Amino acid sequence: MIDLLATHYNYLMFVALVAIGLYGVTASPNLVKKVIGLNIFQVGIFLFFVTSGYVDGAVPPVVHGDVAGTYASPLPHVLILTAIVVGVSLTAVALALIVRIYDAYGTLDEEAIREVQTE
Amino acid sequence: MTDAIALLVVVPIVLALVPIALGRLWDGAGWVAAALAALAHLGLSVTVAAKVISTGRFTYAVGGYTPPFGIELVADGISATLVVLVSVVTVAVVLYARRAGPDSNSFYSELLLLTAGISGVFVTGDVFNLYVFIEITGLATYALVATGRSPAAALASLKYLLVGTIGASLYLLGVGYLYIATGTLNMADLSTQLQAVGYDSPLVLTGFALLVVGLAVKSALYPLHTWQPGAYAESPDSVTAYISALVSTAAAYALFRLVYAVFTPAFDAAVPFALDALVVLASVSVVVGSVLAVLQSDLKRMLAYSSVAQFGLVIAGFAVANATAVTGGLVHLVGHAIMKAGLFVGVGALAGVAGGRTVDDLAGVADRAPVVSAAFAILAFALVGVPPAVGFAGKWHIVLGAVEGGRWGVAAVAVVSTLLTLAYFARVVERMYFQDAPAATADTVSGPDATATADTDAALTPDGGESGSESTDDAKTTGTSGITIEARIVVVAAAVGAVVLGLFASDLIAVFEPVLEVYFQ
Repeated sequence: MIDLLATHYNYLMFVALVAIGLYGVTASPNLVKKVIGLNIFQVGIFLFFVTSGYVDGAVPPVVHGDVAGTYASPLPHVLILTAIVVGVSLTAVALALIVRIYDAYGTLDEEAIREVQTE
Repeated sequence: MTDAIALLVVVPIVLALVPIALGRLWDGAGWVAAALAALAHLGLSVTVAAKVISTGRFTYAVGGYTPPFGIELVADGISATLVVLVSVVTVAVVLYARRAGPDSNSFYSELLLLTAGISGVFVTGDVFNLYVFIEITGLATYALVATGRSPAAALASLKYLLVGTIGASLYLLGVGYLYIATGTLNMADLSTQLQAVGYDSPLVLTGFALLVVGLAVKSALYPLHTWQPGAYAESPDSVTAYISALVSTAAAYALFRLVYAVFTPAFDAAVPFALDALVVLASVSVVVGSVLAVLQSDLKRMLAYSSVAQFGLVIAGFAVANATAVTGGLVHLVGHAIMKAGLFVGVGALAGVAGGRTVDDLAGVADRAPVVSAAFAILAFALVGVPPAVGFAGKWHIVLGAVEGGRWGVAAVAVVSTLLTLAYFARVVERMYFQDAPAATADTVSGPDATATADTDAALTPDGGESGSESTDDAKTTGTSGITIEARIVVVAAAVGAVVLGLFASDLIAVFEPVLEVYFQ
């Protein structure tokens, strides 16, 4: 068990981040905190991809001369660059919507907005 | 000629910049750019479809990088049919939006981005590329839902964003699991590599579960549908028509592709409980969605919950995993898009006459808008599954496939859902045709907006070569109705389309057949 913790702490971190993020999205009544939770959730997934691409002692696949060594595939990292861009655009859209919601209701609290709506 | 498949995505994305670039100089830039893009898209998708019909499936390596290293685009009978569907719906919605609005240039930019994203989902052959297109679709949809003026629209959009992003992220995580298991992202390559890894590997099973849950969120299966009714009800009518027709359709199609092109029926044979679970999820969605639809009084919410049920039926068809049921699911997928788009445009048009969007508001509306009411009723009965409309063809094959596969539960659920669909549509049609309009609504109709549109409508009708004799009669009898010619054309075209597609359903099935034969050999 201790061994697993010591060697796979990065995967445990991924699980923890995803769980914290999901908890943030569902539990917090504050809309901005929901978006923060969403970001944490996505970062957890990014970490999963990046850490899966890590090879102990490997070098980037840029070949100089005829050095034979272990190379790490850059593809997972490249995928995550794309996913990060997507995440940033989503955060931008979410924050723009939150600005509009705050203008209309004067609060970011989900419960308070629901009360205003049902009145 | 094979470039047409890449241009399906490129043309709308590039033209999406035009409304923003020229919007300040010329107000009409948005609509013109959208109309041009829609027509160009139609031309391209017909080119792709013609090539598929004459020479069969073809692929395209993006940027010249050969698959499985590069991204591959795939056109076959199914993806070609669906991109033609995208073009047709885009043309119809752009036509309808000319007067129904929302009248802003950014709306047309978002619409074209959405067209590009959905086309991408339909043609891509790469699972990560699919994630990117799903997110483009998602982002454009969130922005489109928020074009509704009310703050409730912004709230519905944010809710959709939160739920939709979690769904898409779960999909991405599933892609990660498959990538770790196989080291490839290309769908065709994945299908062979997965077999080598072994279908009962925990990595593969977890990946499958994450992909299915992610896409089930996007296609709004119960209990993951919570974003959908709000998003449909609060967005402007043209947006609702577009997203109800295509966005969930894209997710359901992605699920179909993953289950059959990536996991293949061999996966079902090796791990039967995976698709069994999906059958249960989809069947629950059918029943609960239909019941919730019966309980709604708001028409747009009723149609939204009806979509939850119909997508349950489509995915149940996919999960039964024999060629007949999958064919039924695909036919219903295409049919549902046409019928739902027509119904939402119909609700928008009739609400202008009736002065409200609840079931009771439609009382007696058939006298004041006979053509649109008739088309709406035809679409409603088409969705119920009355032959010869396309709703019947789809449901028939799903039920037939379920019986063939020994899944009596799915067959029973399909029949129950048909009855419940009849229950909620009969209620509406009964109000439209057999109840008198309350006297008060006649006055509320003639608000400033209604008269304004009615005036332009009346001015355009006599010289309009595009309006058939039917709609001219309609304009005479309904004098002050606020229904635009565009709305009338779209609803009637959808009704005609639903019936014609039903009559030619066997031709549609013949187009799907070669693709399914490969999967179910």
